[in-house]
Amino acid sequence: MVDASNLPASAGAKRPGQLSEFWRYFKENRGAVIGMWVFAAFVAVAVLADLIAPHDPIVQYRDHLLQPPFWVEGGSWEFPLGTDAVGRDMLSRLLHGARFSFYVGVVVVAFAASGGIVIGLLAGFAPKWVDTLIMRVMDIILAFPSLLLALVLVAILGPSLTNAMIAIAIVLQPHYVRLTRASALSERSKDYVTAARVAGASKLRLMFITVLPNCLSPIIVQGALSFSTAILDAAALGFLGMGAQPPTPEWGTMLAEAREFILRAWWVVTFPGLAILVTVLAINLMGDGLRDALDPKLKRS
Amino acid sequence: MLKFLLSRLLTFLPTFFGVTLISFAFIRALPGDPIIVMAGERGITEERHAELVRQFGFDRPIWEQYLDYLWGVMQGDLGQSFVTKKPVWDEFFALFPATLELSVCAMAFAVLLGLPAGVIAAVNRGKFFDRALMSTALVGYSMPIFWWALLLIIVVSGWLQWTPVSGRISLMFFFPQPTGFMLIDSLISGEKGAFASAVQHLILPTVVLGTIPLAVIARQTRSAMLEVLSEDYIRTARAKGLGPFGINGVHALRNALIPVVTVIGLSVGTLLAGAILTETIFSWPGIGKWMVDSIFRRDYPAVQGGLLLIAVIVMIVNLTVDVVYGFINPRIRKG
Repeated sequence: MVDASNLPASAGAKRPGQLSEFWRYFKENRGAVIGMWVFAAFVAVAVLADLIAPHDPIVQYRDHLLQPPFWVEGGSWEFPLGTDAVGRDMLSRLLHGARFSFYVGVVVVAFAASGGIVIGLLAGFAPKWVDTLIMRVMDIILAFPSLLLALVLVAILGPSLTNAMIAIAIVLQPHYVRLTRASALSERSKDYVTAARVAGASKLRLMFITVLPNCLSPIIVQGALSFSTAILDAAALGFLGMGAQPPTPEWGTMLAEAREFILRAWWVVTFPGLAILVTVLAINLMGDGLRDALDPKLKRS
Repeated sequence: MLKFLLSRLLTFLPTFFGVTLISFAFIRALPGDPIIVMAGERGITEERHAELVRQFGFDRPIWEQYLDYLWGVMQGDLGQSFVTKKPVWDEFFALFPATLELSVCAMAFAVLLGLPAGVIAAVNRGKFFDRALMSTALVGYSMPIFWWALLLIIVVSGWLQWTPVSGRISLMFFFPQPTGFMLIDSLISGEKGAFASAVQHLILPTVVLGTIPLAVIARQTRSAMLEVLSEDYIRTARAKGLGPFGINGVHALRNALIPVVTVIGLSVGTLLAGAILTETIFSWPGIGKWMVDSIFRRDYPAVQGGLLLIAVIVMIVNLTVDVVYGFINPRIRKG
């Protein structure tokens, strides 16, 4: 499998200075840098959730049902962000929720991107009829609103976090196919590709080693954008009861469980959604910065 | 122009058949015996099982089943709902006006706020207004709308008690609904307060469903305006002494609108996907809620029909946008 997370590194290492040039453009965008730090914190929380969470996320403290956060009357430091309807610590659940969202983002983007890149390169290099066939199939997938298609796929596969991730990856994949194919087609006719072909490079070598590294910029940007889409869609499916199942501390699932208490206990509703919003916002900020730094057309403007 | 139209239709048809193929495959892709799966915990008798096998045509070769299905689709026959026993087509189009009404209001909300926001941001590029508006737009763009809906319910319906929490109209009103659009029906019913009630019920769902399109339109308008503002004819307009309104409103916006109109057209898919969440939260009796309910009721013929109809609606809208775009912008036609 061509792992998407390995690609940017190899592309950056090829020419010394490319990475530092990228960084120079990237850090000009203050929002993007803030987004990057928030995202780094999110990743750290996801990795360290077991260590930093004060309680077990699924243990129910029956003496502390719907206890408010510490700054509200009736709250205590034992449960800094309060407890939910069955007495589970909100903070611990939120911290563990970061782990699920991160997992969803990484797995979905890895599958959607690697699949999409391979299919997109194939479309760009294969005979015309294969290209047409692939693009028609992608058009068909894109004809469905993404959340609806994901929902129906989960209805077939059965509701679970894994199936939600599979469904979201399938729905997001056509975007990678289109991007990769478009860049591959524009790169294909350039001189360096002709040179490589004349020198006897095989088709596979042309596709993956000659052309692919030069198609990566838009794919990396798309990777950031679909990372946040994946988190949002997985949370939406969880919210509809079609994603992670209770008692999993997934943010969308937590919101679904909290719905009946919205007018009694604002904290069980506010925090999981805020966590989703902050994470998605950070990634989108970073994505905007990546696009500006990687897109040569917008540079200098 | 005719050639352009034909080429668009030529890409429409294979996609249409592909979409029918997917919705056809849906019931057959269910693991195990689809009829037993649909029956679920209710269970099913031998005779009813045999009857359903015949009704769905599972006892015939798969290609024959597909051609049969396609033939039915062409005639508007999408099968019967498993739960209500009514034709899926009728169920869908009985609920569709509710979703259409909500979507139109959400889109109007998004355009009415998004266009000026984008223009103001572009004109004040880099200044406070631009930053504030674009940060807000990015927050809106990143918003989990199901959470946004719950927050608005807490604040607007819970604390302020300004709007009702669910439904399309207060239960105290009862009047005929010839159009299916509550705003129109409540007006012509002549009942006192009915229209106000309908509007109140619409506000929160409209805001929730319109939030993401609003953010997208504001961002798109800003970048389209920025591109146009650097053109020569804008400098000419400025040189001949046109005021800021003449320049921004008349010369720039008109040209900046072309990509914006495309974005608006292409948001229809986003709207219908958003309607799934919005309608579920606000108990809005439209097709989004109906799809979710049907999935939970294992009413798979309804899901299958809804899936197909929604996809076809999105495709028709996209095709229309494409063609209209070709009319407005001759450069596309040549491509």
